[in-house]
Amino acid sequence: MVAVAARTSRVTGRRFRSVTLGVLGLLGFALVLEVAPRVGIVPIDFAPPTSQILVTLGEQLGQPSFWTALLRTLLTWANGLLIAVVAGTVVGVLLGSLPVLRAATATTVEFLRPIPSVALIPLVIVLYGPTVRSTLVLVVYAAFWQMLIQVVHGVVDVDPVARDTARSFRLGPWGTVRYVIWPSALPYVMTGLRLAAAVALILTITGELVIGSPGLGKEIDNAQQSNAVRIVYALIVVTGILGVLINVLIRQVERRVLAWHPATRAETVEGVGVR
Amino acid sequence: MLEVKNLHKVYDGHGRRVTAVGDLTFTVPEGQFACVVGPSGCGKTTLLRVLAGLLPATSGEVTVRGTPVTAPPPDLAVVFQEYGRSLFPWLRVRANVELPLKAQGMGRAQRRELASEALEAVGLSDVDNAYPWQLSGGMQQRVAIARAIAYQPKVLLMDEPFAAVDAQTRADLEDLVRSVWQRLGVTLLFVTHDIDEAVYLGQRVIVLSASPTTVAEDLAIDLPAERDQLATRSDPRFTELRGQVYARIQQVKRAPAAEGASA
Amino acid sequence: MRFLRRVLLALGLPVVLVAAWWFGSAGSQDFYWPSLSTIVDAFGRTWTWEMFQEQVFPSLWRLLAGYLIAVVVGVALGVLIGTYGSVRALLEPVLEFLRAFPPPVLVPAAILLSGIGDRTKILVIVFGCVWPVLLNTIEGVRGRDEVLSDTCRTYRVTGLLRLRHLVLRAASPQIVTGARQALPLAIILMVISEIMAANEGLGFTVLQFQRGFQIPEMWSGVLLLGLIGIVLSLLFRVAERSLLGWYHGQRAGQREF
Ligand SMILES: Nc1ncnc2c1ncn2[C@@H]1O[C@H](COP(=O)(O)OP(=O)(O)O)[C@@H](O)[C@H]1O
Ligand SMILES: [Mg+2]
Repeated sequence: MVAVAARTSRVTGRRFRSVTLGVLGLLGFALVLEVAPRVGIVPIDFAPPTSQILVTLGEQLGQPSFWTALLRTLLTWANGLLIAVVAGTVVGVLLGSLPVLRAATATTVEFLRPIPSVALIPLVIVLYGPTVRSTLVLVVYAAFWQMLIQVVHGVVDVDPVARDTARSFRLGPWGTVRYVIWPSALPYVMTGLRLAAAVALILTITGELVIGSPGLGKEIDNAQQSNAVRIVYALIVVTGILGVLINVLIRQVERRVLAWHPATRAETVEGVGVR
Repeated sequence: MLEVKNLHKVYDGHGRRVTAVGDLTFTVPEGQFACVVGPSGCGKTTLLRVLAGLLPATSGEVTVRGTPVTAPPPDLAVVFQEYGRSLFPWLRVRANVELPLKAQGMGRAQRRELASEALEAVGLSDVDNAYPWQLSGGMQQRVAIARAIAYQPKVLLMDEPFAAVDAQTRADLEDLVRSVWQRLGVTLLFVTHDIDEAVYLGQRVIVLSASPTTVAEDLAIDLPAERDQLATRSDPRFTELRGQVYARIQQVKRAPAAEGASA
Repeated sequence: MRFLRRVLLALGLPVVLVAAWWFGSAGSQDFYWPSLSTIVDAFGRTWTWEMFQEQVFPSLWRLLAGYLIAVVVGVALGVLIGTYGSVRALLEPVLEFLRAFPPPVLVPAAILLSGIGDRTKILVIVFGCVWPVLLNTIEGVRGRDEVLSDTCRTYRVTGLLRLRHLVLRAASPQIVTGARQALPLAIILMVISEIMAANEGLGFTVLQFQRGFQIPEMWSGVLLLGLIGIVLSLLFRVAERSLLGWYHGQRAGQREF
């Protein structure tokens, strides 16, 4: 019993040590950003110390306009992601299960996919002006490909034995998708979702910054135009926190959805690489 | 010369404590071909890793050619049990063999010559331009052996090198190892779980007990130096020695804990 | 026959799509949707060699400089952090936080800090692209096969030789993954840094066309940006194939069993 206790404490000890180090790292990081402008390593007028940014952030939290902007950003992100995920999944399952269709569209996909979504910026501005719609086009375009590629991979990767089994049980096309293809493609789908969610946030902010559709990005741009340096940084910090929260959220969803899965898929070259 | 004195090794980590080696003592004189046999999980790999300086002992002492082992000793080569994974998949066969020589600062011409010789010796001259993963398991094993030969070690450690190859390849490789040993005059410690292989290959067989591991039997193999797959294996003395080792291992299995003091 | 079929499958849809665009838009009177022939016409007129020298090459140079610096810095730091466990424990939360920023928000901050010159634009690209490379490199360095590490120790392969033949090569599939994720980011950041720190460059020029309602020219700029994206991803693929030939070969072999 003593041995067991000692063992457990050794393991928790190691975890404790790495958590402590991590917290130290964060504190050190904040400290560097606090001290660097104060001693003049970076100009204090353009890079305010952490404490000032945090105070400004606190002030922002009391402003209704901040919350409106945040909400708008989140809505654009969520809507864009939703459209991209649904479209990417439907098209992906189709292309994945019909080899002829896949072969016929392969070159087209390979050509369209690397077209940077920012190339569409001037286009959507003339077509829709500085509206949410413009930004949504960018978000959907960018996130759609992430989703599509993973779903196609996932569907193609379905165990042929499982497919044959489905056929011998006469499951029919819908049953095959529902009970065979979908479950085994799910890990890929989740990877796609994770990539798409991150990309969608990037393009949401981009659209707001550059096109001027309402949201946090636009607020940042406004603050920069009017030289409200601290507000720029406070809002940037908010987008960072948003990014962290979205990562955590997607990871939770992933864990919940894939809990039953026998082999939670190891990251490969196709994956994101970082947990 | 290899000396193992009261070697004791405990793995401790991830909330698990495993005694891999209980108390091992033996000596292999310069130039001897010694085989180590023992049931799987008895700590053979652990022993080799300690000898190679890849793993610290918990207690006891290990010396290679008179120097206590604290880091990988010079003039010592290892052929790993996971030979496939020990080859660099991004290097072609020849580059795999030459890399250790390059690390010694050896010139290009000499490197080429030694590598060619080694590849020739294992019969792989024609695939020196292939990647390891393009070769069969047996061929990969021979690349690993060629790398060890080209390194010109004084001590060679081999960890169950033939566990995963087919019977015919295995026989060929066994004879290859014998001829390499005879040619290089190295001290060779050869780990296996196969009794026949141990008796056929070595000048001596060290039988390990199951965990907590000790030397259960230390047997000189007095077969003629020239060995032959057919003649040697049908030699009555071979059958007799094999029987001895087998009986000993069965005995060890039945009462592992009580076997410490013998040998 | 089979060859013909494959060519047909590969080129069929693109040809149909372009033809549909060409004929569908022919004689278009819609101000915002000019005919494809008008756009192609404008492309030839707009993107002359001088235009490339003045607006396109500087953009591409910044793109490549920022991207390459990001890869080098990411790999170097990644090897360092991946090798030392306590450094990783110390920095991991900070890195996770920094990685979570949508990189475009860096543009306003960078403009505040260092103006609207080349330096700012390159800095933004570096800062946005370094995270995927860095974090993937760390994973790659950590996930290396222990048997290979042991082999290097036994055969006394150390120092630079070890770095080159073991550490970097073993992590190269992950490094390439990170670099692949960073490439579209680099393009995004190039364009928006030029739009926001507006004085020159491809993104700036295309947006000028839009502001001046030179719609066919603007469309040709969109086309050019698309082409650049395609060409860069093709180049990347060529580089990857020569760098990771061993990796794909090995994996293809494993799949056969
Ligand atoms: N790195 C390790 N951590 C913990 N236990 C280990 C480790 N390596 C081996 N062991 C344990 O030590 C014992 C001996 O292992 P090993 O030396 O590999 O045996 P053998 O090579 O004879 O099959 C086994 O019980 C094994 O589970
Ligand atoms: Mg073993």
